[in-house]
Amino acid sequence: MKLSNIYAKWESILFLLFILVVVFNSFLSPYFLDYFNIMNTTFNFMERALVALSMTFIILCADIDISVAGIIALSSLFMGMAAAHGAGTATLVVIGLGVGVVAGLLNGVIITKFDIPSIAVTIGSMSLFRGIAYAVLGDKAYTKYPKSFEYFGQGYIPGTVIPFELVLFIVLAVVFGFVLHRTSFGRKLYAIGNNSTASKYSGIRVNRIRMFLFSLNGFMSGLAAILLTSRIGSTRPNIANGWELEIITTVVLGGIAITGGKGKMIGVVIGIFLIGFLKFGMGLVNIPGKVMNIVIGFLLIIAIMLPEQIENLRKKAGS
Amino acid sequence: MNELILELRGVSKSFPGIKALDRVDFKIRSGEVHALIGENGAGKSTLVKILTGIYQPDEGEIVLNGKRVEFKNPIVSQEAGIAAIHQEATMFPMLSVVENIYMGHHLKNRFGFVNWKQMRKNTKYLLSRLGLDINPNILVKDLSTAQRHMVEIVKALSLNANIIIMDEPTSAFSMRETEELYKIIRQLREEGKAIIFISHKFEDIYEIADYFTVLRDGRYVGEGVVSETPQDKIINMMVGRSLTQMFPKIDVEIGDVVMEVRNLSLNGLFEDISFELHRGEILGFFGLIGAGRSEVMESIFGIVKPERGSISLGGEEIVINSPDDAIKRGIGYVPEDRQTEGTILSMNIRENVTLPIIDKLSGRGILNRIKENEITNKYGKRMEIKASSWEQLVNNLSGGNQQKVVLAKWLATEPRILILDEPTKGIDVATKSRVHEFISELAAQGLGIILVSSEIPEILGMSDNIVVMHEGRITARFKREEASSEDLLKAAMGTSLERAI
Amino acid sequence: MKALLKRREFSLFIFILFTVFVISLRAPRFLEWSNLYDILNDTAILIMVAIGQFMVITSGNGGIDLSVASGIALTGMIVGMLNQYHPEIPIGVIILIAMFVGLILGSFNGILVAYAGIPPIITTLGTMSIYRGFVFVLSKGEWVSADEMSNSFRHLPHGTPFGVTNIILFAIIVVVLAYIFTTRTKTGREIYGIGGNRTAAQYVGINIRKISFMVYAISGVIVGLAGLLWVSRYASAQNDTAMGFELQTVAACVIGGVAIMGGSGTVPGVVLGAIFLGIINNALPVVNLSPFYQMAIQGFVIIFAIVANTVVGRKTQASLARKAKV
Repeated sequence: MKLSNIYAKWESILFLLFILVVVFNSFLSPYFLDYFNIMNTTFNFMERALVALSMTFIILCADIDISVAGIIALSSLFMGMAAAHGAGTATLVVIGLGVGVVAGLLNGVIITKFDIPSIAVTIGSMSLFRGIAYAVLGDKAYTKYPKSFEYFGQGYIPGTVIPFELVLFIVLAVVFGFVLHRTSFGRKLYAIGNNSTASKYSGIRVNRIRMFLFSLNGFMSGLAAILLTSRIGSTRPNIANGWELEIITTVVLGGIAITGGKGKMIGVVIGIFLIGFLKFGMGLVNIPGKVMNIVIGFLLIIAIMLPEQIENLRKKAGS
Repeated sequence: MNELILELRGVSKSFPGIKALDRVDFKIRSGEVHALIGENGAGKSTLVKILTGIYQPDEGEIVLNGKRVEFKNPIVSQEAGIAAIHQEATMFPMLSVVENIYMGHHLKNRFGFVNWKQMRKNTKYLLSRLGLDINPNILVKDLSTAQRHMVEIVKALSLNANIIIMDEPTSAFSMRETEELYKIIRQLREEGKAIIFISHKFEDIYEIADYFTVLRDGRYVGEGVVSETPQDKIINMMVGRSLTQMFPKIDVEIGDVVMEVRNLSLNGLFEDISFELHRGEILGFFGLIGAGRSEVMESIFGIVKPERGSISLGGEEIVINSPDDAIKRGIGYVPEDRQTEGTILSMNIRENVTLPIIDKLSGRGILNRIKENEITNKYGKRMEIKASSWEQLVNNLSGGNQQKVVLAKWLATEPRILILDEPTKGIDVATKSRVHEFISELAAQGLGIILVSSEIPEILGMSDNIVVMHEGRITARFKREEASSEDLLKAAMGTSLERAI
Repeated sequence: MKALLKRREFSLFIFILFTVFVISLRAPRFLEWSNLYDILNDTAILIMVAIGQFMVITSGNGGIDLSVASGIALTGMIVGMLNQYHPEIPIGVIILIAMFVGLILGSFNGILVAYAGIPPIITTLGTMSIYRGFVFVLSKGEWVSADEMSNSFRHLPHGTPFGVTNIILFAIIVVVLAYIFTTRTKTGREIYGIGGNRTAAQYVGINIRKISFMVYAISGVIVGLAGLLWVSRYASAQNDTAMGFELQTVAACVIGGVAIMGGSGTVPGVVLGAIFLGIINNALPVVNLSPFYQMAIQGFVIIFAIVANTVVGRKTQASLARKAKV
């Protein structure tokens, strides 16, 4: 493969950036290259990473779901309510996932049945879902969770320092990636993202698939809620505040076109770790969270600008 | 008399891998209707884009009113008095007719604010001058396709264009609207405007054009006076050979009923549609725009649900809720709009061709590239798709080849019934003829075929039986031998002949 | 087709009256002039910023400005700190500075969207984080509190030199200017052009880049003014000022009938949409619902409004299409 081809590929650029971040971080602080530290830092972004997987499908189909953080809050709320009434871990998991699916389904139904752009609906449902959490909890919190529940967000694979969250993510990432790139379902997603009308005329059940994707997104949000709630041990209405934007940033940074139809899962995975380690590195030198967001913001913008500028430079050099 | 208003001398234009125009000459005089003829890919639209300033020529010169000019961008071309009316009307659907005409050059009053009153007045005047009965305040999205085209013409006139380019203007028009357009063109000619008229329809060319120029493969082939040149000669110039038969119809034995439609109705669109389709039959559906034919077909195919009526396949009544259902039942649909509905331009040929059957080709849901290539090869070759490889993006194919991709796709679903909606619209003559051959072959293989078309020669040439629709109802049925152009038109226009020519 | 336009905004207006009526049944105090006046005061900023958002959305191509809340926080913090350390600067100058800072923030968005071609949702997602981050950097995490502000600063939104509070006055000025701009000027109408059909707009020679840039710049200027009004009204410049506000502005637009894809929408519609949200927000304590219900109700209302808007819009479109066929 020509150097220019590799150079031009988004995923390769991302990977390069990732290596750069790792190298830079290791110079920045001796604590970075510690195996234990690296493993532990993944706790910070695995929940978002999970939602990024299903969000990738959604954005590929030229939709968007801004309500995911709201779903996390809602899901956590119901788990908290159940836990306060003495529910066991297994029940909590079912509730967490269930609430997520129902919320996602609600999105999906309104979007497909009334044919309304997903951005408009999810702006509303985002407020609705988190709003319910605020309405119920106000400024209080649920903090009583069963001990075994802690495992999901805090536990490790027995005998190792590998977090359960990380393993769960890796397994699901492989599954999602396989589905996207190697199955007929994945092909249909690309078709829908490129031209949903022609896809419909070719027999693809576009709305059914879209509805499924929103439910899936809800499911993954519910899963994220379980892990997050388990990790921090409590539920407050502002849980996962602002996460929707970071998740979308991750997906777009990973090379998925916001207009749909283009991009690869591996890009998203690299993007997840890129941002995760970047934030880790910044944290090591005590850069406050808000400032980190500045960096992420710029990163997003540069990430979009870069390929186009490279393309322009190549054109100029060629002519 | 009429002076030379515009001349192209030795104009060439290349793109990566394609020489779109190769030292083309072109002349047009004021007060002349000049047909620009050529197959798809001959270079017509490139020439238009050069005239409208979207492209700049690589070599050659453009001479306007005796002076050399350059159209660096659309605005310069517009200011020089050239206006183009595109095949797909480019309008602002949420804005009024007035604003569509004036967008980009709103009239201002002495305070610098928009002068709505004057603009409305002018619009009313321009519309009435062309005999158009359209309310200037209506939002364009509420107009029919033909009405939108008319508004585009009005727009061109409001810009004081002297040279008006019309690209396939009648391809979405009914008979009556076409007549209206002819009237307008004749009037513009009286006023000394020069009209460049791109069309594949010989009816249009022979009816309205004075002069013609033929392009082939980006080269200038010849020109002449329309009234002095027989159709065959023009076809010869276009394809470099003469096509003896435009509609090669094979006589096929017609078999049993394969589909029966009874009283299909959808309020406001069509009412009480009943017909039978047999194996080996080509059933033509003729009608004017708005007759409701496409809507009926979309209903059968599961895009829109009918309110009443039934569809039976092989004697058994079925319900079709989605295109997926229809495909599973063996129905295929080649839609009217191949770029939006028929193909996914940004994906390649293989992905397009395998799309409806992708589940079948994927064992347990997993993609199988070998099977995909097999199928694409089989049907791609059968349809004679011209492409460098099956991985080529459909966007990079010519219109005719794109349509072949659509046909290949539907063939791959092994349908028992194939519905074709204006399958040869906007396609060059050679491909058109091949498509017709192909449709006949399919019928011979035992498929039931419904051919929706507004071209009388095509309907008469291809169909075994013809159904005519008007305003959502079936007004006539003909056997092929019984039908004549006049009968078809009469039925298509309902009973009120006053609205006709 | 003014009739149709009037119909949409009109039905929203009727709906608002109806809602107000229903609420007042529950709590008659709601209909008191002083209460309605409060609503106007509370909603003035939303009206202004929503108008900026409306222009951005209407310019099409996925136009949206998610950075408005962060912009408010940043400009608010800047003028707040300016006032804290230089209370001698006259309030008139502060207003200009606020608008200027807002212009810069908006222009940055505008350059990225119009000239670098970055999709608006990405751009403003990015600047949303960036601007909010800079609030922290500037203030080092600290607030500007009421006693650190000068009297004239804090008094700005409340003063009534013309009979109504300044804040309402500013809103009225923005509304009137925006209305004239979007209905009576060529450039204003061209926003609808590029939003309705970008290619067609290009063909008729409209400078798409200029107009795309401009709507973000205008939104920025409004945001600047809003930032000043916000921190002076609540007498506090914080790091989480206006958190989540951007969604309210989009909600106001959506409720007001602005098409999310661009190309249509009106200033009166947006104003009504904002007022409607303001009424809901204000009605909560009046009907004894804790303010914590605000978000949920807002979300529900948004969804309801969009669905209603869509369903009604489709019905009228279908019947008109049949009429136009003749």
